[in-house]
Amino acid sequence: METVTLTMKDQPGLYLEADSITPDAFAGKKAEEIVDLPVYTGREQHRLGDFFEVSGTAGATPAETKIVVNGDISRVKYIGMKMTDGEVVANGNADMYVGAWMQGGKITVNGNVDAFAGTGMKGGEIIINGNAGNYLGAAYRGDWRGMAGGKIVVKGNAGSDLGTFMTGGEIVVGGDVDVHVATHAEGGKIVIKGNAKRRLGGQMVEGEIYVFGNIDVMMPGFAYREDVDVEVDGVKGRFALYEGDLGERHRKRKGQAIYAKLYQLVGA
Amino acid sequence: MAEYLIKNGFVFDPVLGIRGDAADIAIKDGKIVETSAVKSPKVIDAAGKTVMAGGVDIHAHVAGPKVNIGRNFRPEDKLFNCKPGHGIERMQGGFSVPTTIRTGYDYAHMGYTTVMEAAMPPLYARHTHEEMRDTPILDQGAYPVFGNNWFVLEYLKNHEIENTAAYIAWLLRATKGYAVKVVNPGGTEAWAWGLNCENIHDPVPYFDITPAQIVKGLIEANEYLGLPHSMHVHANNLGTPGNYQTTLDTFKLSEGIKPNSKFGRDQVMHHTHVQFHSYGGEGFNFESKAPEIMDYVNTHDNITIDLGCVTLDETTTMTADGPFEHHLTELNHLKWANADVELETAAGVVPFVYSANNKANAVQWCIGLELGLLAKDFMRVFLTTDHPNAGPFIRYPRIMKWLMSQEARDQQFDAFKHKDKVIEATNLAGMDRELDLYEIAQMTRAGPAKSLGLAHMYGGLAPGLDGDVAIFDFNPNEPYAPDDIEKAFGNARHLFKSGVQVISDHEIASNGNKRTLWVNAKVNENPQVMRDVKEKFLRYYTVTLNNYEVAGHHYVPNPYVIEVDATQ
Repeated sequence: METVTLTMKDQPGLYLEADSITPDAFAGKKAEEIVDLPVYTGREQHRLGDFFEVSGTAGATPAETKIVVNGDISRVKYIGMKMTDGEVVANGNADMYVGAWMQGGKITVNGNVDAFAGTGMKGGEIIINGNAGNYLGAAYRGDWRGMAGGKIVVKGNAGSDLGTFMTGGEIVVGGDVDVHVATHAEGGKIVIKGNAKRRLGGQMVEGEIYVFGNIDVMMPGFAYREDVDVEVDGVKGRFALYEGDLGERHRKRKGQAIYAKLYQLVGA
Repeated sequence: MAEYLIKNGFVFDPVLGIRGDAADIAIKDGKIVETSAVKSPKVIDAAGKTVMAGGVDIHAHVAGPKVNIGRNFRPEDKLFNCKPGHGIERMQGGFSVPTTIRTGYDYAHMGYTTVMEAAMPPLYARHTHEEMRDTPILDQGAYPVFGNNWFVLEYLKNHEIENTAAYIAWLLRATKGYAVKVVNPGGTEAWAWGLNCENIHDPVPYFDITPAQIVKGLIEANEYLGLPHSMHVHANNLGTPGNYQTTLDTFKLSEGIKPNSKFGRDQVMHHTHVQFHSYGGEGFNFESKAPEIMDYVNTHDNITIDLGCVTLDETTTMTADGPFEHHLTELNHLKWANADVELETAAGVVPFVYSANNKANAVQWCIGLELGLLAKDFMRVFLTTDHPNAGPFIRYPRIMKWLMSQEARDQQFDAFKHKDKVIEATNLAGMDRELDLYEIAQMTRAGPAKSLGLAHMYGGLAPGLDGDVAIFDFNPNEPYAPDDIEKAFGNARHLFKSGVQVISDHEIASNGNKRTLWVNAKVNENPQVMRDVKEKFLRYYTVTLNNYEVAGHHYVPNPYVIEVDATQ
């Protein structure tokens, strides 16, 4: 695997929309070609090289390409957007839409990410070694097609509205989450190792939520069923199983309605 | 104004009866003129290209509150397709519910120059006009909806044709409307009670009138006034398996009524998006009844129809047929907007994905094309998608391809997941008819212009008509692949609108000088109707009359008024 290193040299005055920072866009290109890839600030188009030093050479294909982004990238949006393969390592806090609509490959962020990371994600892996903002693995505004596949791991906390309209894949949050989890979800799995607040699984049709810590307020549409022994993300424990959202439509399998499942850890 | 001479193109023009012969077309002072009338024209070399009049769309939802609900509640419709402005071209966005700017430009790129907004809620006529005003290039008019209007229901219950006509004349003037539109007659009003009218004899709650009385009464009132266009109906029971019977029953309401119009139309009823109304069978076993429908259409001269072809896209459905949109959201579980418009109408909006993997959607696709291929008179059968309901209007060139090429249809059949079941439920696979460009010009130009009562302005290339001319990179005398049709007719090389070159070498060259068409029908003074209007506004409307009327330069900066005298 070949590595291309981007180092921020000139901070953009406005936010930088850099959906060209992907192994797909870089593959087969040399540094002097990569600097010419388009990026946007506001309504103006610029070159990637206007903001970043670029060194190294990309591999022949996305799978053989690794991108390392260094410097203060807190104003850079869309890193790894729609990537299908390869690897991106962002050393710093990234702005919104990291790995949005990602289909494959791996993104590691050694810092925090702002909102909409993994929006509409279909496959691949995002590792966030800091905290995540709101709308992690959610659907684009208005859309009903949220995260459908792949895996997002957050070491720290996540904001509100994670997994909105999720239909598949997995989100693991090491810390706490804010309100609205898996709203409208029709599949997928969300593991919260810390505490949750309110509105988990509102209008959720199918899928699973696991909470290791407290839930401030349980949705009235979820009913307690039984305690079960489950192993999740390497942790074995006894969980209280709730099913919901009872106010929603639910498909049936062999005459039995399938509900969304919410598990809360009650004992190791 | 500049003079133009479009030389040596292969001209397809039903008005002149030219079927692809090379001919020259001259434009001067905004009109088509004899070639001898231009002195020092700018010459456009159209050799090897196809020349047609500007397209005329008789039915599309392109402006007004429900279109805007679609835009507002579908931000995802603009995802990844926005285009920044450059030069005179303004910023654009959206796919199935594009911005007004993109609407104008995309129609122009297809060689269309006139587009009718198919359903204007009178109360929101101001909004509709503001959007049309902001749609560049195109001449437009809007059809106010009458089929569930309390005035109409009350007058027609007692068959008061003169009062209905006086009210229509007043409302067309107040809303700057173009024609009488009827959507799910009575059924939309019934929806306010959580009900629907499922056939033409199903009475409307409270008003105790039937859809048949509404439709027949509105046809009679329309002919009493002698309006340019006929009554334009979307019948009851849209989208329901077995509904073709309701459609035939609705067609039959036009029998025995003669057109009274000095605008050259021969029909008294236009039935829109007939694809949605041609279903047989029950439930999931629904099937095409296009042959039965077209047997009727082909043998009855006093109706015109448009197809409403399904294009197999993700789109945004929107209609004043409130109960139908509720049915759709129950079906696909996607978001739903519902609106009630006081005494007048209602509307619903639901996104919808027509998929080649879905048998029902594939059957719908077949039915739309069957209707076109079974037609005998293309001056009465028009190409539409009921934009955006069955698909976005930008797919018209793709529908042309399907109508013109069996090979293209076979390719689509091969892409269906349930190909065999689809073939079993439809007739399309057995049809080898391929339409030619003359027939396409009838379906998209001369036919709709005539049906609208606008044959004196649009739809042809005869001297005296408006200078609306499209030139396409398509040589009908050379071999071509089906996709060449779609490519050429989706991207006109040049387009003239009222003598102004609005597209030059595929690029927008001018934002044009768009006009808003409306009909000013003069009737005898009718104190009863005016008293009823005042009383209803006092008692029921949330706005006053002064805040209702579409008046002034702000809403209609460039009006084109068609005068009708129905005083007697």
